[in-house]
Amino acid sequence: MRGQAKPVPVPSPVASAEMSACRLCRIEVDHLSVRRDGQMLIQDVNLHIHCGELTALIGTNGAGKTTLLRALLHQIEFKGDIRHLTGEGLPAATVRTGYVPQQLEFDHSSPVSVLDFLAAALSKRPVFLGVSARTRQQAHNALLRTHSEHLADRPLGALSGGELQRVLLALALTPQPDLLILDEPVSGMDENGLESFYQTVNELKRRNHMAILLVSHDLDVVRRYADRVVLMQGTVIEQGTPERVFASEAFEKVFYSREGRK
Amino acid sequence: MNGVYALMEKLLPFSFLQYTFMKNALLAIVLITPVFGMLGTMAVDNKMAFFSDALGHSALTGVAIGVILGMQDQMIPMLVFGALWAVLITFVKQHSRMSADTIISVFSSASIALGLVILSRGGAFAKYSSLLVGDVLSVTEKDLPLLLCTLVVVFTCWCFLFNPLLLTSVNASLARSRGIQTKLTEYGFTVLVALCVMISIRWVGVMLINSLLILPAAASRNLAKNAKGYLWTSVLIAFVCGISGLILSYYLNTSAGAAIVLLCTFVYFVTLPFRRK
Repeated sequence: MRGQAKPVPVPSPVASAEMSACRLCRIEVDHLSVRRDGQMLIQDVNLHIHCGELTALIGTNGAGKTTLLRALLHQIEFKGDIRHLTGEGLPAATVRTGYVPQQLEFDHSSPVSVLDFLAAALSKRPVFLGVSARTRQQAHNALLRTHSEHLADRPLGALSGGELQRVLLALALTPQPDLLILDEPVSGMDENGLESFYQTVNELKRRNHMAILLVSHDLDVVRRYADRVVLMQGTVIEQGTPERVFASEAFEKVFYSREGRK
Repeated sequence: MNGVYALMEKLLPFSFLQYTFMKNALLAIVLITPVFGMLGTMAVDNKMAFFSDALGHSALTGVAIGVILGMQDQMIPMLVFGALWAVLITFVKQHSRMSADTIISVFSSASIALGLVILSRGGAFAKYSSLLVGDVLSVTEKDLPLLLCTLVVVFTCWCFLFNPLLLTSVNASLARSRGIQTKLTEYGFTVLVALCVMISIRWVGVMLINSLLILPAAASRNLAKNAKGYLWTSVLIAFVCGISGLILSYYLNTSAGAAIVLLCTFVYFVTLPFRRK
C-alpha cells in the first residue's frame, strides 16, 4: 500500500469535475482487473472513493465486492491502477488503511482478551510479557472511539457480534486511517447494535473526514447512510448517489429480477 | 557441569538424584518443557495439533536419511529434514485449496512409511524402535548445552512471533492489513516447532511428542483469562508435570515420557470444570 501511488496522468474532464468536489483526498481505481486460476473475478473496475464520504459497494454474492476490497488492501494481485491522491491531485505520500473484516472464524475458546488483541496489533512488545501502561492507554483510547471501553478485559471469543465489530472498528481506527474499509460489518448483529454501529461510523466520517468504503447486503442501511453507491456485477455497472443507483435499471435487474424468482 | 551437579545435590537432597542420569534427565526436563509449553499455545490457537503430530512422525525419516548418509549422529539430518518438511507442508497448505487435514495426513503418512521402509531394511528396525517411545534417562551431559540453546533461541523467536501469530489466529486478512507478513510468520513458527520436535524426539518419542506440545496449552486454556496467563500457565503445567512425571517414573520404574504425558492429561481433566462457559 505504502509508496505505491503513481504519478497522475492528465485528468479527464470527468475526473477534474470530481476533484473539485473533494478537497482533501480521494482514491482512484482505474481499469482494475483481478484474475485467478484463469478466471476473471473483476474486470475493468473504475471508481473514485472520496474522503468525508461513505461509499457503499453493493451487489449480489460473487459480484466481486470482496475481491475489490482485497485489491484495495493489496492482498491479491491485480492489473490496473489504484491511486491515492491529495486534494491537489498529487500522489499521497502514505496511505493508512483501516480494515474491519467480514466474518471472524477464529477459535472462540482462546483465552485472548480484547486488550491482548489490541496490544498485539498496537505494540511490538510480546503480549505474554504483559501490556505496558502506554499500550493499555492507547487501547483504551481506541475503544473509547467506538464506545466499547468497558470490553477491554473481556475474552475476545465471548463478545457478541456487535461488540466484536466495535472492537475491530476501534482497532481499524488506530492509528487514524485515511481509508476505512468495512466488509459486511454487521453480520450477526441485532437491530440496536446495527443502528448504533452505523451512527458511530457516521460520526467518525463527519469528524475525521476519512474515506469509508462499506460492503453491505443491507440495502436499507446503504440507503440511509451511504453518500455514494457503487453497484457491482463483475465490474461497476452503476454508481452515483443512493437515489440515483436505487432508481436505476441496473439495480432493478440485479436485485428485483432475482428476488422475483425466489 | 560438575558445579551444577554439586549444586543440585546440595539444593535437592533426594535419593533419586544420586544418579547422574537422573540429574541430566531433570536438567533436560527443566530446559525443554517450557519450550513446549510456549510453542503449544499458538499450535492450539492456530489449530495445528495435527500438524505438529505430522512433524513428530517425520523424525523417523530424518533418522533414516542420517542412516543412509552413514552418519553417526543423526541430529543434523533430522533438523534439516524437519525444517524442510515443515516448509513443504506449509507451502502446499498455503497454495492448495485442499483441506489442511488431508494435506497433513498425506505428508504424515508418507514420512512414516518412508522412514520405516529405510530403517526396517534387513529387519533392523528394533535398533531404532526406541525412537517411538523415547527415553529421557538417556540424556547425556553433552546434550544439555543444545537444550539450553534451544530454550534461549525459542524464547527469543517467540518474542517476535507471538503477537503476529496471535493476530493471525484471529483473522489473517486483518493481520495482513496491519502490515504483518502472515505467510512468513507461519513459516517461522512451523520451522521452530519442527526444530524443537527433532531436538527432543529421542527423549520424548514419536508417539508422545505431540501430547507434550498440545496438552499443557490445552489445560492452560481451561484456566487462563488472557494471553499472558495462557502462556505462563501452559509453561508452568509443562514444567511441573515434567518434573513430577520424571520422579513418578523413577519410583514406579516406568517410562518417564509416558508418565509426564499422563500427568498433563490428568491436569487437563482436573481443570476442565473451571473452563469459561
